Amino acid sequence: MRFDTVIIGGGLAGLTAGISLQEAGRSTAIVSTGQNALHFFSGSFESLEEAPERIVGLFARAGIPLHYSPGVRLMPLGTFRPAALSLEDVSLFDKPKFARKVLIVNFQDYQDFFSSFLADGLRHQGIACRIVTPGHIVDPSMRVRAGELRSVQIARTMDKFWEKAVQEIRILLKDEDAVILPQVFGLEDPTIPARIQAGIPARVIFVGTLPPSVPGTRTQRLLKRRYETLGGTYLAGDKVLQARVEGGRVRNVTTRNLGGHILTADHFILASGGYFSKGLKSNPFRVYEPVFGLDVRQEADRSKWYDADFQAEQPYMAFGVETDAALHPLRDGAPLANLYAVGSVLGATRPELGSGAGLALRSALAAVDQILSSLDL
Amino acid sequence: MKLQAYTVSRYNFDECMKCTVCSVYCPVLQVNPLYPGPKQAGPDGERLRLKDPYFFNYALKYCLNCKRCEVACPSGVDVAGLIQAARIKYGQDKPTLRDRMLASTDLMGTLARPVAHVVNGLTGLRVTRAAMDAALKIDHRRVFPKYSGRSFESWLRRQAHAQAAFPEQVAYFHGCYVNYNFPQLGKDLVKVLNALGVGVQLLDREKCCGIAYIANGMADAARRNARHNVAALEEAVHSRGLKVVTTSSTCSLTLRDEYPALLGVDNTGVRASILIASRYIYERLEAGAQLRFRPDFHKRVAYHTPCHMEKLGWGVFSERLLRRIPGVQCTLLDSACCGIAGTYGFKKENYEASQAIGAPLFEQIRAVDPEVVACDCETCKWQIEMSTGYSVEHPISILAQALED
Repeated sequence: MRFDTVIIGGGLAGLTAGISLQEAGRSTAIVSTGQNALHFFSGSFESLEEAPERIVGLFARAGIPLHYSPGVRLMPLGTFRPAALSLEDVSLFDKPKFARKVLIVNFQDYQDFFSSFLADGLRHQGIACRIVTPGHIVDPSMRVRAGELRSVQIARTMDKFWEKAVQEIRILLKDEDAVILPQVFGLEDPTIPARIQAGIPARVIFVGTLPPSVPGTRTQRLLKRRYETLGGTYLAGDKVLQARVEGGRVRNVTTRNLGGHILTADHFILASGGYFSKGLKSNPFRVYEPVFGLDVRQEADRSKWYDADFQAEQPYMAFGVETDAALHPLRDGAPLANLYAVGSVLGATRPELGSGAGLALRSALAAVDQILSSLDL
Repeated sequence: MKLQAYTVSRYNFDECMKCTVCSVYCPVLQVNPLYPGPKQAGPDGERLRLKDPYFFNYALKYCLNCKRCEVACPSGVDVAGLIQAARIKYGQDKPTLRDRMLASTDLMGTLARPVAHVVNGLTGLRVTRAAMDAALKIDHRRVFPKYSGRSFESWLRRQAHAQAAFPEQVAYFHGCYVNYNFPQLGKDLVKVLNALGVGVQLLDREKCCGIAYIANGMADAARRNARHNVAALEEAVHSRGLKVVTTSSTCSLTLRDEYPALLGVDNTGVRASILIASRYIYERLEAGAQLRFRPDFHKRVAYHTPCHMEKLGWGVFSERLLRRIPGVQCTLLDSACCGIAGTYGFKKENYEASQAIGAPLFEQIRAVDPEVVACDCETCKWQIEMSTGYSVEHPISILAQALED
């Protein structure tokens, strides 16, 4: 099969690039080896300081409203982090003391949301907290699931019964001026968080849970649907096994599922992710990029990969594919002219700042701009 | 040392990093609170089962083997394979008479064929269905596929001479559905392949691929069929030098992947030669072969990717083949399980779950409102037709209708 661009990786970076190229009338395919880091998405694109119209527009056309308001957002342990561009169900505040008194609502048997830690953190900010853990208020089957009750299972129940949850919360609410809920709403229907807010006479704040992330899973589904609606070919669960490179250009790639049916393109985008997605791999001697064998920026001495202080910035997290200024990755020191590296495979993210999503968007759009302006079609 | 020997698994369950992404995409977990989910049933459970089979959990029977957990897994763990292999290795449940009937597609097809119109009439009656529900626990709301009075094999045998005249040849693994229930699909395939200058041959007595045996706890019967079929495939591929095409996504997956992975039957000599028909035809068209289409053919089609097509990664061939037909307007439906999973949805105890799993797909089909739904799986066809009222056709049948005679 022949495409204008073949994208390796179907997460935020790959889908953003794919949607932008399809919107510009190009034909693309995405090869996705399993699901991706969007399932761990906090809901904020934190390294984007300005409100980029282009990104807001791209998401809006996919049915994902974003809002922009530079400030801070509340983290699951009651701390705050700077944030600006976010999904609509992430609350942004201009200052950490956003309320006088809050009601924290958790669900019985749900173990992926730590309400006591959250309350401790908020008390440090001078915010009084009351935690309530109502029983299985809306669906008794949740009790049966107690051993494996995850955000997504609650969210599927809440997609049906959110109105009952709102009624229950209205009864529980006393004199608090804000209600904190885990992000377990709106898996299928992205309008549910706003409708919950409309039904509760206090500010509603949705706070992240342990994975899978409900807003992230929803974002993945809507971006993929938008990409396919635009005519993009999403090869789910496939894997690039081999790439043919000639004269400094990638000619084609071979995948596990398509076998002898090779994918040929003018341009290739490597959006294969970091260690989690196996876009970067390591052995006892080095960190390497498994698809093209690209040059990886790293410490040669293995003892310098880690900092013994677990909480410190870990050097290996900064390792990534070496590129020129135009995001063309290097192989044996020379750039591959029609290949672009975007997202976490670049290794430039600061996970402690949650900057992965911002890097994915910016680098993907930079690669798209170069592909659209290149003359060698 | 003894413990080491016990704890070796042929599966890569230790690659699981507990990210729980599989649980997002498991259709059973969404509707059945008794199912522990792919992560717990697969890699988590495997670690424990290896130490002591006591930890085998009978709730594993709720797994549909749809493989959507494997497609979703970022770490490449064979989640569904782990679950199905554990059922085969540790499961002590004996299949019931009903399970044996549902699984024995060849036997039931052979018995029904001579009296097809009687059987079809009976299974259409409410009273029969109520009786089957009570006696066998086959749900009375389920609509049964009709049997054909004449098998596809006997039709093609009479054509053998004409088929041999074509310059190129393929073998066709038609599967039970085409042979006993719906020979028209096989005839459609023959029409399309003939138009490409390719003649169609039978395998030397194919048997059911065996997936229904695997699903109903009859692994030994499945293994016998697998050995027989691999020998028949080897004869076609090595002695006759043929590629083997299929029209069923589940038969394809079973022949290619489940034989070695679940049944321990080596198919390395033939695996690469087994292709679903839409892929085979798409590749010939891409290589320059021409088909002549009717200028007056128009159809609004919605393509549904069956679970096993998703796992094979070949939905793209069927979808693109449909888009190549002038006059076809094709919408790609979100890839999601329809809920039937072969014989699963026929069982009384699974009926509600089966319909709940399929509900989002049915809703999307109603919203798209196509003239016809296209998909490569016969059991998806039964489920979607019964649950939505939309008719479902195989992409190859739509292609055959669009051809100029």
